[in-house]
Amino acid sequence: MSTPPAGTFVPPSRFAVPGRIAVSNRSAARWQTATLTEIRRETPQAATFRFAVPRWEGHLPGQHLMLRLTAGDGYTAQRHYSIASAPDDEGHIELTLDHVDGGEVSGWFHTRARPGDEVQVRGPLSGFFAWPGDRPALLIGAGSGVVPLMSMVRHHRARGLDVPLRLLVSARGPEELIYAREYGAETTPVFTRSAPRGVPVGRLAGDHLAPLLAGAPAGGWEAYVCGSNGFAEHASRLLVRAGQPVERIRIERFG
Amino acid sequence: MNVTRGFTGRPRVHNPGLPPGQYDAGDDWPVLSAEVTPDLAPADWSFRVDGLVAAPRTWDWDEAHALPESAYEGDIHCVTSWSKFGVRFGGVSLDAFLEAVRPDPAATHAVAYSHTGYTTNLPLADLTGGRAWIAWEYDGKPLAAEHGGPARLLVPHLYFWKSAKWVAGLRLLDHDEPGFWEQNGYHARGNPWEEQRYSGD
Repeated sequence: MSTPPAGTFVPPSRFAVPGRIAVSNRSAARWQTATLTEIRRETPQAATFRFAVPRWEGHLPGQHLMLRLTAGDGYTAQRHYSIASAPDDEGHIELTLDHVDGGEVSGWFHTRARPGDEVQVRGPLSGFFAWPGDRPALLIGAGSGVVPLMSMVRHHRARGLDVPLRLLVSARGPEELIYAREYGAETTPVFTRSAPRGVPVGRLAGDHLAPLLAGAPAGGWEAYVCGSNGFAEHASRLLVRAGQPVERIRIERFG
Repeated sequence: MNVTRGFTGRPRVHNPGLPPGQYDAGDDWPVLSAEVTPDLAPADWSFRVDGLVAAPRTWDWDEAHALPESAYEGDIHCVTSWSKFGVRFGGVSLDAFLEAVRPDPAATHAVAYSHTGYTTNLPLADLTGGRAWIAWEYDGKPLAAEHGGPARLLVPHLYFWKSAKWVAGLRLLDHDEPGFWEQNGYHARGNPWEEQRYSGD
């Protein structure tokens, strides 16, 4: 760690913003138009929405954006969504959204949206959960929590990075596993309700983590956990119990 | 106005308590901490106020509970766009702690920090005059760990990332110094009624 300038407040622990990631406040402050260009079904509940955003300034894997829909009477609804796609210098981004029961914004996406529709976005936002591809990364996600982690996996492939990367992804069953066709040797799926023949069924457990932490690369893992709060609590406790340092666990939760 | 084709929004009644861009989360109380929930017993909790004060001081759990009780009943607003109405927190007004340490007249801002190392900055004026609390009860019960228990800062008139969970202390300064989310691009003050979400809003 570098020495802070004299008089700078030093918090009592090392949990902090990763100093290697710079955040652009300029792009975060500006709404811009995103045009839907493609919809791809991922699972019965989830679909990927691809947008053209001509003035997108780029993002790091793991960042999110804020998206806004506006009704005819001026009412707006805005939500944070993780970006699914790897950084792309052609001005495209992808989001993968679950169809939430009674969801005001996800409901519009899943029942009304079609290519050509326009929404407003601002971002990318927050550097906390970002992974620039410079350190070994242990990614743990459940359900649509895999979305920002997939951006990291895609980035890793697109750049041909050789820094170690592993993904543990939990789903209720194979039919609910988002991006199932894209996973390679870096990924271990964990099925909690039903699994293909020969694959065990059960919750993410210490047994999944022990070999990964025992075989950690030099300098250890940066751990990224994303999912519901219940899953995030479970997975982060398992990580701590398995010996992962608490200040090297980054969590993105959704309610 | 950029109207979204086919979007009407969910049926709604105008709620004057809902700041712009927010929705009513109802009974839900989403958890949005970036770090691992610490395993912090009341006996291990303490709260310190120092920096530009005449008499810096640390309170332990029992000493803090010996201060006069003060409750908050009202609403809370998260920058991720949910609001929660009619919540009830119990604890102690931050005024009681600040009076004891006697702030220097030069103090204008504070950094609140957590037992996890989380930090957030606040103008001192947002922490005084009965507008901020150290809270350890929610709805009459001990505050759950995932919501910041055993004790959190509560500054309900600002976005909720200012209400540091597992609060460990407050340092008074004569200048503003960005905390954890503020260094990540979030607004220095975070007033929901002015939609001060991100730096530059």
